[in-house]
Amino acid sequence: MYDFTYAKPASLADAAKALGADAEAKALAGGMTFIPVLKQRLNKPSTVVDLSALGLNYIKLEGGKLMIGAMTPHGSVAASADVKKAIPALAELAGNIGDRQVRYRGTIGGSLANNDPSACYPSAVLALGATIKTNERSIATDDYFQGMFTTALNPGEIITEVQFPIPEKAAYAKFANPASRYAMVGVFVAKTAGGVRVAVTGAGQNGVFRHAAFEAALAKSFTPDALNGIATPVGDMNADIHGSAAYRAHLVGVMAKRAVAAAK
Amino acid sequence: MPQISLTVNGKPASATVEARTLLVELLRDKLHLTGTHVGCDTSQCGACTVQVDGMSVKSCTMLAVQADGANVLTIEGLVNADGSLHPMQAMFREYHALQCGYCTPGMVMSAIDLVETHPEGLSEEQIRHGLEGNLCRCTGYHNIVKAIAAAWPLMHNKALPVAAE
Repeated sequence: MYDFTYAKPASLADAAKALGADAEAKALAGGMTFIPVLKQRLNKPSTVVDLSALGLNYIKLEGGKLMIGAMTPHGSVAASADVKKAIPALAELAGNIGDRQVRYRGTIGGSLANNDPSACYPSAVLALGATIKTNERSIATDDYFQGMFTTALNPGEIITEVQFPIPEKAAYAKFANPASRYAMVGVFVAKTAGGVRVAVTGAGQNGVFRHAAFEAALAKSFTPDALNGIATPVGDMNADIHGSAAYRAHLVGVMAKRAVAAAK
Repeated sequence: MPQISLTVNGKPASATVEARTLLVELLRDKLHLTGTHVGCDTSQCGACTVQVDGMSVKSCTMLAVQADGANVLTIEGLVNADGSLHPMQAMFREYHALQCGYCTPGMVMSAIDLVETHPEGLSEEQIRHGLEGNLCRCTGYHNIVKAIAAAWPLMHNKALPVAAE
Protein backbone atom coordinates (compact mmCIF):
# COMPACT_ATOMS: atom_id res chain seq x y z
CA MET A 1 0.00 0.00 0.00
CA TYR A 2 1.23 3.49 -0.82
CA ASP A 3 1.13 5.78 2.17
CA PHE A 4 -1.40 8.59 2.45
CA THR A 5 -2.67 11.19 4.87
CA TYR A 6 -5.54 10.00 7.05
CA ALA A 7 -8.35 12.31 8.02
CA LYS A 8 -11.39 11.57 10.16
CA PRO A 9 -13.65 14.63 9.98
CA ALA A 10 -16.36 15.03 12.62
CA SER A 11 -18.87 16.78 10.37
CA LEU A 12 -20.29 16.29 6.90
CA ALA A 13 -19.20 19.80 5.96
CA ASP A 14 -15.60 19.06 6.94
CA ALA A 15 -15.68 15.75 5.07
CA ALA A 16 -16.99 17.46 1.94
CA LYS A 17 -14.32 20.12 2.29
CA ALA A 18 -11.55 17.55 2.63
CA LEU A 19 -12.76 15.66 -0.43
CA GLY A 20 -13.48 18.80 -2.43
CA ALA A 21 -10.15 20.46 -1.75
CA ASP A 22 -8.11 17.69 -3.30
CA ALA A 23 -8.98 15.66 -6.42
CA GLU A 24 -6.71 12.85 -5.20
CA ALA A 25 -8.51 12.47 -1.87
CA LYS A 26 -10.75 9.43 -1.48
CA ALA A 27 -13.57 8.62 0.93
CA LEU A 28 -13.34 5.55 3.16
CA ALA A 29 -16.60 3.92 4.25
CA GLY A 30 -16.34 0.33 5.51
CA GLY A 31 -13.22 -0.30 3.45
CA MET A 32 -14.13 -3.87 2.49
CA THR A 33 -13.38 -3.11 -1.17
CA PHE A 34 -11.30 0.04 -0.82
CA ILE A 35 -8.65 -1.33 1.55
CA PRO A 36 -7.96 -4.41 -0.65
CA VAL A 37 -7.73 -2.02 -3.62
CA LEU A 38 -5.18 0.08 -1.73
CA LYS A 39 -3.23 -3.02 -0.74
CA GLN A 40 -2.92 -3.98 -4.39
CA ARG A 41 -1.70 -0.46 -5.23
CA LEU A 42 -4.54 -0.04 -7.69
CA ASN A 43 -5.26 3.37 -6.23
CA LYS A 44 -2.97 6.03 -4.80
CA PRO A 45 -4.97 8.58 -2.83
CA SER A 46 -3.30 11.61 -1.31
CA THR A 47 -5.72 11.65 1.60
CA VAL A 48 -8.12 8.99 2.86
CA VAL A 49 -11.16 10.62 4.41
CA ASP A 50 -12.78 8.29 6.95
CA LEU A 51 -16.56 8.85 7.05
CA SER A 52 -17.14 6.87 10.25
CA ALA A 53 -17.51 9.85 12.60
CA LEU A 54 -20.32 11.63 10.72
CA GLY A 55 -23.24 10.04 12.56
CA LEU A 56 -24.44 8.18 9.46
CA ASN A 57 -24.90 4.78 11.13
CA TYR A 58 -28.64 4.50 11.80
CA ILE A 59 -31.88 2.83 10.71
CA LYS A 60 -35.25 4.62 11.00
CA LEU A 61 -38.75 3.55 10.05
CA GLU A 62 -40.85 6.71 9.74
CA GLY A 63 -43.70 7.99 7.63
CA GLY A 64 -44.02 4.78 5.65
CA LYS A 65 -40.37 4.85 4.63
CA LEU A 66 -37.28 3.01 5.74
CA MET A 67 -34.24 5.28 6.13
CA ILE A 68 -30.79 3.74 6.36
CA GLY A 69 -27.75 5.89 7.09
CA ALA A 70 -24.97 5.48 4.54
CA MET A 71 -22.46 4.19 7.09
CA THR A 72 -24.78 1.48 8.44
CA PRO A 73 -23.03 -1.87 8.16
CA HIS A 74 -24.68 -4.87 6.49
CA GLY A 75 -24.83 -6.79 9.77
CA SER A 76 -26.92 -4.05 11.39
CA VAL A 77 -29.35 -4.02 8.46
CA ALA A 78 -29.62 -7.81 8.61
CA ALA A 79 -30.34 -7.79 12.36
CA SER A 80 -32.65 -4.75 12.46
CA ALA A 81 -36.18 -5.39 13.68
CA ASP A 82 -37.37 -2.38 11.67
CA VAL A 83 -35.87 -3.71 8.43
CA LYS A 84 -37.20 -7.22 9.05
CA LYS A 85 -40.65 -5.76 9.62
CA ALA A 86 -40.72 -3.30 6.72
CA ILE A 87 -38.68 -5.06 4.01
CA PRO A 88 -37.64 -8.56 5.13
CA ALA A 89 -36.05 -9.19 1.73
CA LEU A 90 -33.60 -6.36 2.39
CA ALA A 91 -32.60 -7.81 5.78
CA GLU A 92 -32.07 -11.20 4.18
CA LEU A 93 -30.00 -9.72 1.35
CA ALA A 94 -27.78 -7.86 3.82
CA GLY A 95 -27.33 -11.00 5.92
CA ASN A 96 -25.86 -12.87 2.98
CA ILE A 97 -23.36 -10.30 1.74
CA GLY A 98 -19.78 -11.53 2.06
CA ASP A 99 -19.25 -13.10 5.48
CA ARG A 100 -19.81 -12.13 9.11
CA GLN A 101 -16.59 -10.17 9.41
CA VAL A 102 -17.31 -8.26 6.20
CA ARG A 103 -20.86 -7.54 7.35
CA TYR A 104 -19.57 -5.84 10.52
CA ARG A 105 -17.54 -3.36 8.45
CA GLY A 106 -19.02 -3.05 4.95
CA THR A 107 -21.67 -0.34 4.54
CA ILE A 108 -24.65 0.32 2.30
CA GLY A 109 -23.28 3.70 1.25
CA GLY A 110 -19.90 2.23 0.37
CA SER A 111 -21.51 -0.50 -1.69
CA LEU A 112 -23.64 1.98 -3.62
CA ALA A 113 -20.81 4.46 -4.20
CA ASN A 114 -18.60 1.67 -5.54
CA ASN A 115 -21.39 0.06 -7.66
CA ASP A 116 -19.58 -3.22 -8.14
CA PRO A 117 -21.39 -5.08 -10.94
CA SER A 118 -21.69 -8.15 -8.69
CA ALA A 119 -22.67 -6.39 -5.46
CA CYS A 120 -26.04 -7.27 -3.91
CA TYR A 121 -27.29 -3.87 -2.67
CA PRO A 122 -27.62 -2.15 -6.08
CA SER A 123 -30.31 -4.66 -7.09
CA ALA A 124 -32.38 -3.94 -3.98
CA VAL A 125 -32.03 -0.19 -4.31
CA LEU A 126 -32.99 -0.27 -8.00
CA ALA A 127 -35.88 -2.73 -7.62
CA LEU A 128 -37.35 -0.96 -4.60
CA GLY A 129 -37.10 2.45 -6.26
CA ALA A 130 -35.13 3.91 -3.38
CA THR A 131 -33.87 7.47 -3.20
CA ILE A 132 -30.20 8.14 -2.59
CA LYS A 133 -29.58 11.21 -0.48
CA THR A 134 -26.22 12.94 -0.61
CA ASN A 135 -24.70 16.02 0.95
CA GLU A 136 -25.74 17.88 -2.22
CA ARG A 137 -29.12 16.47 -3.37
CA SER A 138 -31.50 13.53 -3.64
CA ILE A 139 -30.96 11.15 -6.55
CA ALA A 140 -33.70 8.87 -7.88
CA THR A 141 -32.47 5.32 -8.22
CA ASP A 142 -33.29 5.18 -11.94
CA ASP A 143 -30.82 8.03 -12.48
CA TYR A 144 -28.17 6.75 -10.09
CA PHE A 145 -26.63 3.60 -11.61
CA GLN A 146 -24.72 4.41 -14.80
CA GLY A 147 -22.77 1.26 -15.64
CA MET A 148 -20.30 -0.85 -13.72
CA PHE A 149 -18.38 1.11 -11.07
CA THR A 150 -20.09 4.26 -12.42
CA THR A 151 -22.74 6.33 -10.66
CA ALA A 152 -24.36 9.75 -10.82
CA LEU A 153 -22.21 10.92 -7.90
CA ASN A 154 -20.06 13.97 -8.55
CA PRO A 155 -16.41 13.88 -7.46
CA GLY A 156 -16.36 14.39 -3.72
CA GLU A 157 -20.12 13.96 -3.31
CA ILE A 158 -21.01 11.89 -0.22
CA ILE A 159 -23.99 9.56 0.13
CA THR A 160 -25.67 10.27 3.47
CA GLU A 161 -28.80 8.11 3.46
CA VAL A 162 -30.83 5.67 1.42
CA GLN A 163 -34.63 6.00 1.61
CA PHE A 164 -36.70 2.95 0.76
CA PRO A 165 -40.44 3.02 0.10
CA ILE A 166 -42.10 -0.06 1.59
CA PRO A 167 -43.14 -2.61 -1.06
CA GLU A 168 -46.20 -4.86 -0.87
CA LYS A 169 -43.85 -7.82 -1.19
CA ALA A 170 -40.28 -8.41 -2.29
CA ALA A 171 -37.55 -11.01 -2.38
CA TYR A 172 -33.94 -11.40 -3.42
CA ALA A 173 -32.53 -14.61 -4.87
CA LYS A 174 -28.77 -14.89 -5.27
CA PHE A 175 -26.67 -17.52 -6.96
CA ALA A 176 -23.45 -16.82 -5.12
CA ASN A 177 -19.98 -17.51 -6.38
CA PRO A 178 -18.91 -20.14 -3.83
CA ALA A 179 -15.48 -18.58 -3.31
CA SER A 180 -16.14 -14.83 -3.24
CA ARG A 181 -19.85 -15.00 -2.30
CA TYR A 182 -20.46 -12.16 -4.74
CA ALA A 183 -23.51 -12.65 -6.94
CA MET A 184 -22.93 -14.67 -10.11
CA VAL A 185 -26.53 -13.66 -10.65
CA GLY A 186 -28.77 -11.93 -8.14
CA VAL A 187 -32.37 -10.94 -8.85
CA PHE A 188 -34.40 -8.62 -6.64
CA VAL A 189 -38.14 -8.58 -7.29
CA ALA A 190 -40.43 -5.97 -5.74
CA LYS A 191 -44.20 -5.62 -6.03
CA THR A 192 -45.16 -2.07 -5.17
CA ALA A 193 -48.22 0.12 -5.43
CA GLY A 194 -46.66 1.58 -8.58
CA GLY A 195 -46.04 -1.75 -10.28
CA VAL A 196 -43.52 -4.57 -10.36
CA ARG A 197 -39.80 -3.86 -10.56
CA VAL A 198 -37.12 -6.47 -11.25
CA ALA A 199 -33.42 -5.64 -10.91
CA VAL A 200 -30.58 -7.97 -11.83
CA THR A 201 -27.04 -7.81 -10.48
CA GLY A 202 -23.95 -9.90 -11.24
CA ALA A 203 -25.08 -10.77 -14.74
CA GLY A 204 -25.06 -7.64 -16.91
CA GLN A 205 -22.10 -6.25 -18.80
CA ASN A 206 -23.06 -2.80 -17.59
CA GLY A 207 -23.76 -3.66 -13.99
CA VAL A 208 -27.17 -3.71 -12.35
CA PHE A 209 -30.16 -3.37 -14.71
CA ARG A 210 -33.96 -3.54 -14.75
CA HIS A 211 -35.54 -6.42 -16.62
CA ALA A 212 -38.40 -4.81 -18.57
CA ALA A 213 -39.76 -8.05 -20.06
CA PHE A 214 -39.94 -9.71 -16.64
CA GLU A 215 -41.57 -6.62 -15.13
CA ALA A 216 -44.27 -6.57 -17.80
CA ALA A 217 -45.04 -10.27 -17.37
CA LEU A 218 -45.13 -10.06 -13.57
CA ALA A 219 -47.36 -6.99 -13.67
CA LYS A 220 -49.99 -9.17 -15.39
CA SER A 221 -49.48 -12.15 -13.08
CA PHE A 222 -47.08 -12.13 -10.11
CA THR A 223 -46.25 -15.83 -10.33
CA PRO A 224 -43.11 -17.78 -11.26
CA ASP A 225 -44.92 -19.32 -14.23
CA ALA A 226 -45.52 -15.87 -15.71
CA LEU A 227 -41.80 -15.85 -16.59
CA ASN A 228 -41.95 -19.07 -18.62
CA GLY A 229 -40.54 -18.62 -22.09
CA ILE A 230 -39.22 -15.09 -21.56
CA ALA A 231 -35.60 -15.03 -22.62
CA THR A 232 -32.92 -12.73 -21.26
CA PRO A 233 -30.77 -11.38 -24.12
CA VAL A 234 -27.46 -13.27 -24.02
CA GLY A 235 -25.61 -10.42 -25.72
CA ASP A 236 -26.10 -8.19 -22.68
CA MET A 237 -24.63 -10.73 -20.25
CA ASN A 238 -21.25 -10.79 -18.63
CA ALA A 239 -19.01 -13.79 -19.33
CA ASP A 240 -15.98 -14.82 -17.28
CA ILE A 241 -14.15 -17.80 -15.84
CA HIS A 242 -17.12 -18.53 -13.57
CA GLY A 243 -19.85 -18.70 -16.20
CA SER A 244 -20.62 -17.98 -19.86
CA ALA A 245 -23.08 -15.35 -21.04
CA ALA A 246 -25.63 -18.04 -21.95
CA TYR A 247 -25.28 -19.62 -18.51
CA ARG A 248 -25.89 -16.29 -16.81
CA ALA A 249 -28.86 -15.48 -19.06
CA HIS A 250 -30.44 -18.78 -18.05
CA LEU A 251 -29.67 -18.19 -14.37
CA VAL A 252 -31.39 -14.79 -14.49
CA GLY A 253 -34.67 -16.54 -15.29
CA VAL A 254 -34.14 -19.22 -12.65
CA MET A 255 -33.29 -16.77 -9.90
CA ALA A 256 -36.15 -14.44 -10.87
CA LYS A 257 -38.62 -17.31 -10.54
CA ARG A 258 -37.18 -18.24 -7.15
CA ALA A 259 -37.48 -14.62 -6.02
CA VAL A 260 -41.11 -14.37 -7.13
CA ALA A 261 -41.92 -17.62 -5.34
CA ALA A 262 -40.24 -16.39 -2.16
CA ALA A 263 -41.63 -12.85 -2.18
CA LYS A 264 -43.33 -11.72 1.01
CA MET B 1 2.73 9.97 11.44
CA PRO B 2 -0.50 9.27 13.32
CA GLN B 3 -0.26 8.54 17.02
CA ILE B 4 -2.91 6.13 18.22
CA SER B 5 -4.05 4.82 21.59
CA LEU B 6 -6.19 1.76 22.07
CA THR B 7 -6.92 -1.02 24.52
CA VAL B 8 -5.52 -4.41 23.58
CA ASN B 9 -6.52 -7.42 25.63
CA GLY B 10 -7.55 -5.17 28.49
CA LYS B 11 -4.32 -3.18 28.62
CA PRO B 12 -3.68 0.30 27.24
CA ALA B 13 -1.43 0.42 24.19
CA SER B 14 -0.19 3.30 22.10
CA ALA B 15 1.89 3.45 18.98
CA THR B 16 3.07 5.70 16.22
CA VAL B 17 1.98 4.19 12.91
CA GLU B 18 1.91 5.10 9.26
CA ALA B 19 -1.58 5.86 7.99
CA ARG B 20 -1.26 2.78 5.78
CA THR B 21 -0.34 0.43 8.64
CA LEU B 22 -2.86 -2.37 8.90
CA LEU B 23 -4.30 -3.38 12.26
CA VAL B 24 -2.72 -6.84 11.91
CA GLU B 25 0.69 -5.21 11.30
CA LEU B 26 0.27 -3.12 14.44
CA LEU B 27 -0.65 -6.21 16.46
CA ARG B 28 2.07 -8.49 15.13
CA ASP B 29 4.98 -6.19 14.33
CA LYS B 30 4.64 -3.42 16.90
CA LEU B 31 2.86 -5.11 19.80
CA HIS B 32 4.42 -8.54 19.13
CA LEU B 33 1.09 -10.34 19.45
CA THR B 34 1.85 -12.96 16.84
CA GLY B 35 -1.08 -15.23 17.70
CA THR B 36 -3.09 -13.34 15.10
CA HIS B 37 -2.09 -14.89 11.78
CA VAL B 38 -1.94 -13.59 8.23
CA GLY B 39 -3.15 -16.29 5.90
CA CYS B 40 -4.23 -14.90 2.55
CA ASP B 41 -3.73 -11.16 3.07
CA THR B 42 -6.66 -10.66 0.67
CA SER B 43 -9.49 -10.50 3.25
CA GLN B 44 -10.81 -13.95 2.49
CA CYS B 45 -9.36 -16.54 4.88
CA GLY B 46 -10.16 -14.99 8.27
CA ALA B 47 -6.95 -16.19 9.99
CA CYS B 48 -6.39 -12.57 11.06
CA THR B 49 -9.79 -12.24 12.76
CA VAL B 50 -9.75 -10.26 16.00
CA GLN B 51 -12.51 -8.51 17.90
CA VAL B 52 -12.76 -4.73 17.70
CA ASP B 53 -15.30 -3.36 20.18
CA GLY B 54 -16.81 -6.84 20.38
CA MET B 55 -17.18 -7.34 16.62
CA SER B 56 -15.09 -9.89 14.75
CA VAL B 57 -13.18 -8.21 11.94
CA LYS B 58 -10.41 -9.16 9.57
CA SER B 59 -7.44 -7.22 10.88
CA CYS B 60 -5.71 -7.41 7.48
CA THR B 61 -8.52 -5.28 6.06
CA MET B 62 -8.65 -2.54 8.65
CA LEU B 63 -6.22 0.31 9.15
CA ALA B 64 -4.56 0.62 12.52
CA VAL B 65 -5.71 4.26 12.65
CA GLN B 66 -9.31 3.05 12.36
CA ALA B 67 -8.79 1.24 15.67
CA ASP B 68 -7.73 4.42 17.47
CA GLY B 69 -9.65 4.46 20.77
CA ALA B 70 -11.05 0.97 20.23
CA ASN B 71 -11.05 -2.07 22.47
CA VAL B 72 -9.23 -4.89 20.65
CA LEU B 73 -9.27 -8.51 21.74
CA THR B 74 -6.86 -11.04 20.25
CA ILE B 75 -6.34 -14.75 20.85
CA GLU B 76 -3.73 -13.88 23.50
CA GLY B 77 -6.40 -12.11 25.54
CA LEU B 78 -8.69 -15.11 25.94
CA VAL B 79 -6.87 -17.17 28.54
CA ASN B 80 -8.11 -16.74 32.10
CA ALA B 81 -5.95 -15.17 34.82
CA ASP B 82 -5.32 -18.60 36.34
CA GLY B 83 -4.03 -19.90 33.03
CA SER B 84 -7.11 -21.96 32.22
CA LEU B 85 -8.46 -21.86 28.69
CA HIS B 86 -11.48 -19.92 27.44
CA PRO B 87 -14.38 -22.38 26.92
CA MET B 88 -14.04 -22.03 23.15
CA GLN B 89 -10.34 -22.87 23.29
CA ALA B 90 -11.10 -25.78 25.62
CA MET B 91 -13.73 -27.18 23.25
CA PHE B 92 -11.43 -26.77 20.24
CA ARG B 93 -8.95 -28.96 22.13
CA GLU B 94 -11.61 -31.39 23.34
CA TYR B 95 -13.09 -31.94 19.88
CA HIS B 96 -9.77 -31.91 18.03
CA ALA B 97 -10.97 -28.96 16.00
CA LEU B 98 -7.57 -28.24 14.51
CA GLN B 99 -4.82 -29.97 12.64
CA CYS B 100 -2.08 -27.58 11.53
CA GLY B 101 -3.52 -24.81 13.69
CA TYR B 102 -2.88 -21.96 11.29
CA CYS B 103 -6.51 -20.88 10.97
CA THR B 104 -7.29 -21.61 14.62
CA PRO B 105 -6.82 -18.16 16.21
CA GLY B 106 -9.15 -16.63 13.65
CA MET B 107 -11.61 -19.51 13.97
CA VAL B 108 -11.72 -19.15 17.75
CA MET B 109 -12.16 -15.37 17.67
CA SER B 110 -14.90 -15.63 15.07
CA ALA B 111 -16.62 -18.48 16.91
CA ILE B 112 -16.70 -16.59 20.21
CA ASP B 113 -18.43 -13.66 18.55
CA LEU B 114 -20.87 -16.04 16.85
CA VAL B 115 -21.81 -17.71 20.14
CA GLU B 116 -22.02 -14.43 22.05
CA THR B 117 -24.39 -12.91 19.49
CA HIS B 118 -26.72 -15.94 19.51
CA PRO B 119 -27.91 -16.34 23.11
CA GLU B 120 -31.14 -17.90 21.80
CA GLY B 121 -29.25 -20.91 20.44
CA LEU B 122 -27.16 -21.89 17.43
CA SER B 123 -28.03 -24.53 14.85
CA GLU B 124 -25.41 -26.40 12.88
CA GLU B 125 -26.55 -24.52 9.79
CA GLN B 126 -26.10 -21.18 11.58
CA ILE B 127 -22.61 -22.21 12.70
CA ARG B 128 -21.61 -23.18 9.17
CA HIS B 129 -23.06 -19.96 7.73
CA GLY B 130 -21.34 -17.98 10.48
CA LEU B 131 -17.98 -19.51 9.61
CA GLU B 132 -18.07 -18.50 5.94
CA GLY B 133 -15.40 -15.90 6.58
CA ASN B 134 -12.92 -18.41 8.03
CA LEU B 135 -11.17 -20.95 5.84
CA CYS B 136 -9.59 -24.15 7.13
CA ARG B 137 -7.74 -26.35 4.66
CA CYS B 138 -7.13 -29.33 6.98
CA THR B 139 -10.13 -30.34 9.02
CA GLY B 140 -13.11 -30.31 6.71
CA TYR B 141 -14.79 -28.15 9.38
CA HIS B 142 -16.76 -30.96 11.05
CA ASN B 143 -14.87 -30.90 14.34
CA ILE B 144 -14.79 -27.11 14.35
CA VAL B 145 -18.57 -27.06 14.08
CA LYS B 146 -18.84 -29.64 16.89
CA ALA B 147 -16.50 -27.63 19.11
CA ILE B 148 -18.52 -24.45 18.64
CA ALA B 149 -21.79 -26.28 19.35
CA ALA B 150 -20.21 -27.66 22.53
CA ALA B 151 -18.92 -24.25 23.61
CA TRP B 152 -22.35 -22.62 23.29
CA PRO B 153 -23.84 -24.06 26.54
CA LEU B 154 -20.59 -23.43 28.41
CA MET B 155 -20.53 -19.77 27.36
CA HIS B 156 -24.23 -19.29 28.13
CA ASN B 157 -24.13 -21.16 31.45
CA LYS B 158 -26.45 -23.87 30.20
CA ALA B 159 -26.17 -27.59 30.95
CA LEU B 160 -23.90 -29.51 28.63
CA PRO B 161 -25.66 -31.75 26.13
CA VAL B 162 -24.92 -35.44 26.46
CA ALA B 163 -22.01 -36.40 24.23
CA ALA B 164 -23.05 -38.35 21.16
CA GLU B 165 -20.17 -40.78 21.40
